[in-house]
Amino acid sequence: MTFDVARVRKDFPILDRTVRNDQPLVYLDSANTSQKPRQVIEAMTDFYERHNANIHRATHELGEEATQAYEGARIKVARFIGAADESEVIFTKNVSEAINLVAYAIGNATSGRLRLGEGDEVVISEMEHHSNIVPWQLLCQRTGARLRWFGVTPDGRLDTSSADDLINERTKILAITHQSNVLGTINPVSDLAARAHAVGAVVLVDAAQSVPHGLMDVASLGADFVGFTAHKMVGPTGIGVLWGRRELLETLPPFLGGGEMIETVAMERSTYAPPPHKFEAGTMPIAQAVGLGAAIDYLTEVDLAAVRAHEHALVSRALEALGEIDGLRILGPTEPVNRGSAISFELADVHPHDVSQVLDDGGIAVRAGHHCAWPLHRALGVQSSTRASFYLYNTLDEVDALAAGIRTAQKFFRVD
Amino acid sequence: MQLESMYQEIILDHYRHPHHKGLREPFDAEVRHVNPTCGDEIKLRVALKDAGGEPAVADVSYDALGCSISQASASVLTDLVIGKPVTEAMEISAAFLQLMHDREAEPDDEVLGDAVVFAGVAKYPMRIKCALLGWMAWKDATARALGSVNGSSASKEQT
Repeated sequence: MTFDVARVRKDFPILDRTVRNDQPLVYLDSANTSQKPRQVIEAMTDFYERHNANIHRATHELGEEATQAYEGARIKVARFIGAADESEVIFTKNVSEAINLVAYAIGNATSGRLRLGEGDEVVISEMEHHSNIVPWQLLCQRTGARLRWFGVTPDGRLDTSSADDLINERTKILAITHQSNVLGTINPVSDLAARAHAVGAVVLVDAAQSVPHGLMDVASLGADFVGFTAHKMVGPTGIGVLWGRRELLETLPPFLGGGEMIETVAMERSTYAPPPHKFEAGTMPIAQAVGLGAAIDYLTEVDLAAVRAHEHALVSRALEALGEIDGLRILGPTEPVNRGSAISFELADVHPHDVSQVLDDGGIAVRAGHHCAWPLHRALGVQSSTRASFYLYNTLDEVDALAAGIRTAQKFFRVD
Repeated sequence: MQLESMYQEIILDHYRHPHHKGLREPFDAEVRHVNPTCGDEIKLRVALKDAGGEPAVADVSYDALGCSISQASASVLTDLVIGKPVTEAMEISAAFLQLMHDREAEPDDEVLGDAVVFAGVAKYPMRIKCALLGWMAWKDATARALGSVNGSSASKEQT
C-alpha cells in the first residue's frame, strides 16, 4: 500500500495555516508534541456536545455513555499495544506521571519484592529524558537505594559493555527509554529486560517516542511497566498511559488516594479498588481519553507500517542532507538503522537558539535546547542542540526546507 | 525576513567580539546563573569600589555559554555599568528589564545606550530570558557584593 501524505495532511487543519509573514508552516517538532487530526478534535467536541458526564459515578444515560466512551478508549489502548487485558492500562496525566506513579507506589511498598531500601540499586541510563531520571533520584533519596546508570557511546548508542556490572543481584528496578527523544536511538530493551528479570528486578520502559510510531507490543517487549503519552501520537494533551503487568499492579500499593480508587473507606483505614481503578484517583481526563481512542483509531486506519516506511524515507533524506552541511554534527546514529525520526545536531559557531530562530523566521518549527535530557548532552560534550523530528504528515520537501534553512542560518551568522 | 529586527548589527558585533569577557581578579562576589530551558549559563563576578562615599562598579567579568542574544546582552551590560555608581547601574538594569517586559515601551537611549537595540528581542517572548541572563546574574552578584561589603564593615564594628 502506498502512503498518501497529501491525503494525510488534509486531516490536520493546523497544517493549512501560515506563520511568520504568511509562510507555510513546516512543523518539525512532533517529538515535542504532535499535531492533531480533525478526527481527534471532532471526537472530543462530540463527546462534550453530546455525551459529557462524569464516569463510573453517574447512573443516568449520559453517565453510561461517558463511562462507555472512557472504558472503550482503555480497550483501544490495550489492543494497540498488545496488552493481555485492558485492566493493565492505567490512565495518567502524561509519561512523567506514569513514571512517578511507579516510583512513588514502590516507595509506598512496605514489604515484598517491590520494597526498596539500602543495598538495593536502581538502574537507568544517561540517555533518559528528565522524567525518567528525577523520579528515581527522588525514590533513591527516600529509600536509601543507590542510583546507577548506563552510559552512552560517542556515536549515541547505549553503552551496554557494563551491563554485567550494572545489572546484578542488588538491582531492583531497571528504567530505560525505548527510543531516545534526542538521538532517535532505539535501545535493545528486550535483551536488557531479560537480564534484569534474571536477577529479579522489575523493568520500566519509557516509550513516549516509540509508541507514536506503532513500535509497541508489550507482550514481546518483556518489560513490566511501559509509559507513553497521547499528545505525541496525534492525541490530546492531558492524558498518558501506564501499562503494567496485572500481577504487579495487584501487589503495588496506590500512589494517589482519593475518589473512585477505593473499595471501602472507614475513618481508620480504606481498602482499594482492583487495578486499573486503584491508580485512577479523582475525576479523570475523560474527553482526553476519548481523544486518545480516536487517535489510535486514526493511526490504525492510516496503517502504521506504511507510516514507518514513510518516516524512514524522511529520516534517511534528512541524515543525508544534514550530513552534507559543513560544520554540522549529528548527535546520535547517522545511519537510518535502529533509530527513530528525531535528529538532533549542533552547528559550529551558531547556538541552537539562533539556529531555531532563523528557521522559525522561515516558518520552520524545530526545538532548541537540551530537550529535557541535560545529562545526555553533557555526556556527548555539547551544551545544547537543535532537534528536528518527523512524523506521518511531513514531506520530503520539508526535509529540504530544513537543510536550506540551516544554510541560511550559517549565512546569517556568517559562518559559511 | 523579520530577523534583522531582533538581530541588529550591534548585537551581532557584540556576539562576535564580546567586551570585558573572561573572569578577572579581584572581585567581591561571584554568581552562576542558568537558563533551565536551554542550559545556557553564565558565571559572573562583580568588583565594587568606593567612589566619593558611595559604591560604584569597578569591574564586571564573566564567562558564559549561550546564544547570540545572551552573549551580546552580557557584553553590552558590562559596557553600560562598569565605572558607574551602583545606584545608577541599577537604574539602567531596571530600564532594561522594563524594555524586555513592555513591548510598547519607548526605550530611553540616554539611559540604555547600545542596549536599546534589544527592543526587538522583546517581540519574541521565548528569547527574553536569553537577554536577561547576564542582567539577572549582575543584579544578584551586585546585591551579594554590597551585602558582603556591608557585612564585613558590620562585623568590624562589632569587634
